[in-house]
Amino acid sequence: MAKISLEHLRHSYWPEPRQEAHWALKKMSLEWSDGGAYALLGPSGCGKTTLLNLISGLLRPTEGRILFDGSDITSTTPEQRNIAQVFQFPVIYDTMTVYDNLAFPLRNRAVAEGAVDARVRAVAEMLDLTRALENRASGLTADGKQKISLGRGLVREDVNVIMFDEPLTVIDPHLKWQLRSKLKELHRRIRRTMIYVTHDQTEALTFADQVVVMNDGQIVQIGTPVDLFERPRHTFVGHFIGSPGMNVLPCEIRGGQASFAGLPIETVNAGLYRGAATSFELGVRPEFVNFAPAGIPVDIVRVSDAGRFRIVEVRHRDRSLKLLVPEGQEIPTGASHVRFDPAHTQVYEDGWMVGAGS
Amino acid sequence: MKRWTALVPTFYIVFLLLPIYWLLNMSFKTTNEILGGFSLYPHEFTFANYMTIFNDPTWYMGYVNSLSYVVINTALSVTVALPAAYAFSRYRFLGDKHLFFWLLSNRMAPPAVFALPFFQLYSAVGLFDTPIAVALAHTLFNIPLAVWILEGFMSGVPKELDETAYVDGHSFWSFFLKIFLPTIAAGIGVACFFCFMFSWVELLLAKTLTAVDAKPIAATMTRTASTSGYELGLLAAAGSLTLIPGAVVIYFVRNYIAKGFALGRV
Amino acid sequence: MTKTVNNKAWVFVLPVFVMVAFNAIIPLMTVVNFSVQETFGDNVFFWAGVTWFEQVLRSDRFHAALGRQVAFSAIVLAIEIPLGLAIALAMPRKGIGVSICLVLMALPLLIPWNVVGAMWNILALPDIGLLGKAINALGIEYNYTRQPYAAWFTMVLMDVWHWTSLVVLLCYAGLVSIPDAYYQAAKVDGARAWAVFRYIQLPKLRHVLTIAILLRFMDSFMIYTEAVVLTGGGPGNATTFLSIDLVKTALGQFDLGPAAAMSIVYFLIILFLSWLFYTLMMRNVES
Repeated sequence: MAKISLEHLRHSYWPEPRQEAHWALKKMSLEWSDGGAYALLGPSGCGKTTLLNLISGLLRPTEGRILFDGSDITSTTPEQRNIAQVFQFPVIYDTMTVYDNLAFPLRNRAVAEGAVDARVRAVAEMLDLTRALENRASGLTADGKQKISLGRGLVREDVNVIMFDEPLTVIDPHLKWQLRSKLKELHRRIRRTMIYVTHDQTEALTFADQVVVMNDGQIVQIGTPVDLFERPRHTFVGHFIGSPGMNVLPCEIRGGQASFAGLPIETVNAGLYRGAATSFELGVRPEFVNFAPAGIPVDIVRVSDAGRFRIVEVRHRDRSLKLLVPEGQEIPTGASHVRFDPAHTQVYEDGWMVGAGS
Repeated sequence: MKRWTALVPTFYIVFLLLPIYWLLNMSFKTTNEILGGFSLYPHEFTFANYMTIFNDPTWYMGYVNSLSYVVINTALSVTVALPAAYAFSRYRFLGDKHLFFWLLSNRMAPPAVFALPFFQLYSAVGLFDTPIAVALAHTLFNIPLAVWILEGFMSGVPKELDETAYVDGHSFWSFFLKIFLPTIAAGIGVACFFCFMFSWVELLLAKTLTAVDAKPIAATMTRTASTSGYELGLLAAAGSLTLIPGAVVIYFVRNYIAKGFALGRV
Repeated sequence: MTKTVNNKAWVFVLPVFVMVAFNAIIPLMTVVNFSVQETFGDNVFFWAGVTWFEQVLRSDRFHAALGRQVAFSAIVLAIEIPLGLAIALAMPRKGIGVSICLVLMALPLLIPWNVVGAMWNILALPDIGLLGKAINALGIEYNYTRQPYAAWFTMVLMDVWHWTSLVVLLCYAGLVSIPDAYYQAAKVDGARAWAVFRYIQLPKLRHVLTIAILLRFMDSFMIYTEAVVLTGGGPGNATTFLSIDLVKTALGQFDLGPAAAMSIVYFLIILFLSWLFYTLMMRNVES
């Protein structure tokens, strides 16, 4: 188990990166504490798998250092790093039994058979694989195979970190939930550092204590699921997390006061801006937009029912925005007004939240 | 470690190229030099052997004959194998497994076994000494091979593709020709490659089924070697020329070789 | 994939069936016909029963040819399969080197078989061939037209030259289709190169290796053209394999009955051994 630090890490798949676009991973530094559950969340191609492979040692970074508990492991092999990784597609050793699969990492490290047996049985117990131990691993279903991959990681008691690279991709939907809860439960039980890579916000938000949102090779925000929801530091986070995503509207700030389409809007952070520029964006989640007797005049465009609430699309002049209306609440017809919750309305400059320091 | 492993394929390729080099080397030598003794490269470089071949119809028609039965065979084998492979990959039907095994068992028949009966059969139907006879005879080995290769590739294409096409209103043949065949283009390429290969390199049947008019180049060579004595230079030149079609075909399929040889079934 | 039962699919296989049947059944009938009859020419035949089969199965000549054939196939399989696998493992996986390797390695497969024989004939000539000259220069007396051992050595070397590439290409194709994740998992699990080979590569190559062994067995067991051009079955009968013996009997001596009986026995041996190989290779997969 270990604290993981990334120092000025940067990676490019080009032999000699010349321009910004050549960097698959832009310069980043961060620290993950021991025993935490982290998620790397971002769209395909954002660099999250690259980051994962740098930590596991399958890739060597172009620049920067990686430290486990303060010692530099940048140039060591995956084996020396003592980590475990579960891949997108289940990797099992076809010709071996489930038992031999689980024992494989220990036997490679010349652990005594007695100790191997004890660990294998303990891990099989944790993963509900005890009854399948003597079966051939190739006969298992996808989720069973994924459990074996996970088991091969858990079987070594001293692993520094267990990493998951979109592990639920090939699992049937009704089993995804089960396996995800199993992971969460395991993390509570064994308290090892776990890093979970995914593009699925539900998976990330339910699994992790802290989520790292990535886009275009850089980290856009690190925070708890609540932070990401209530205080997106970047409009990308606002868009990417939540369904539907955050409303983003053009606005102005003058003298610490934001305004949209000439109407003053109360925000959390407009007062932090010193100076006078005109290209700002206003971000507010549909959850925090309400119909009101007065405010921004809008026309209702469309209402779609999403079960416990309805998604209402409204328009003010040529700008459309969405709001959520809980079940049982009246939706006005025709023209109406909306109001933003001042505690959850932020302004952004070039995509970054004003005053947050980027 | 990495440097060391590169030596293995390097040595192997050198080993492969040595006999080819020696053949080319001989083909550019004069008969005098060949008979005069051992030399590592042609001291009197000559194209005379090649000129003989290009100026003598009994020589160059050999290439034309060979290429014509190879092309006919490849086209025929792959064309009839396509629907059959589709049937094997998509449907179960009466006797399907037995039929498949019976087809493959023909790949295990030694050509020597069939040489004489083929001679009689194709003489009886009046095709003896035509490229068609050789092309048809070679289908015995190539059709099963093509069916087997194509079936492997087709089984890798999900059935949903077929169903989607029918839902979209395609008729069977429009689906098969416009959607399915382009999907397994790589497989067709590989099947053609194998058919070309076996038809081009086989000689026993090709020689048995031809006499004068359709004689393949390889047979011309054998006869030259045995009748006109020690014309090694000419033989080497003729042999060198037979490398060209193979090399051209390989060049065209080079990007498919790596995946194609898995025959779609790994 | 679940297949639909549809007997109309026979329409699709009919052209294949007709063409292969024409080429396989009629000649096979001819062979069977000859194998049970005696003729003195003039198309007059007499029923001969199983006489020819008895004669072939008891003949020392057939036993000798069969023995040589089995020995030849065993030797070339024992060399080509491990060698091909080793070369495939050592080949580069990306870059320009891949194309160069594949193209050059495929070359011997597309050379007409008699040219292969002629090429090795020229290469191995003791006085003016590169190989023959080199071996003699080492102080080893070598002449494949006179010494049976030299003839066998040249024959095996020629077959290795000719066919190892097929094994390489099949194995290579199998290797590149193993997903990267397997290698990465093995690294993470601390597997050494040997364990990677034993538990990942070898199991994943089972199918292509089965194909390679079957193809190499069948083709080496049927070797004819290359061998005839290289040695003509000699010196003496040292390299007279089954096909060569068969052609000598059928076309050389025109002993149609014994040749036909021998053909059938020959074919059955190949069928039986192929089935045996296949069953053995696939036994573990099924269970």
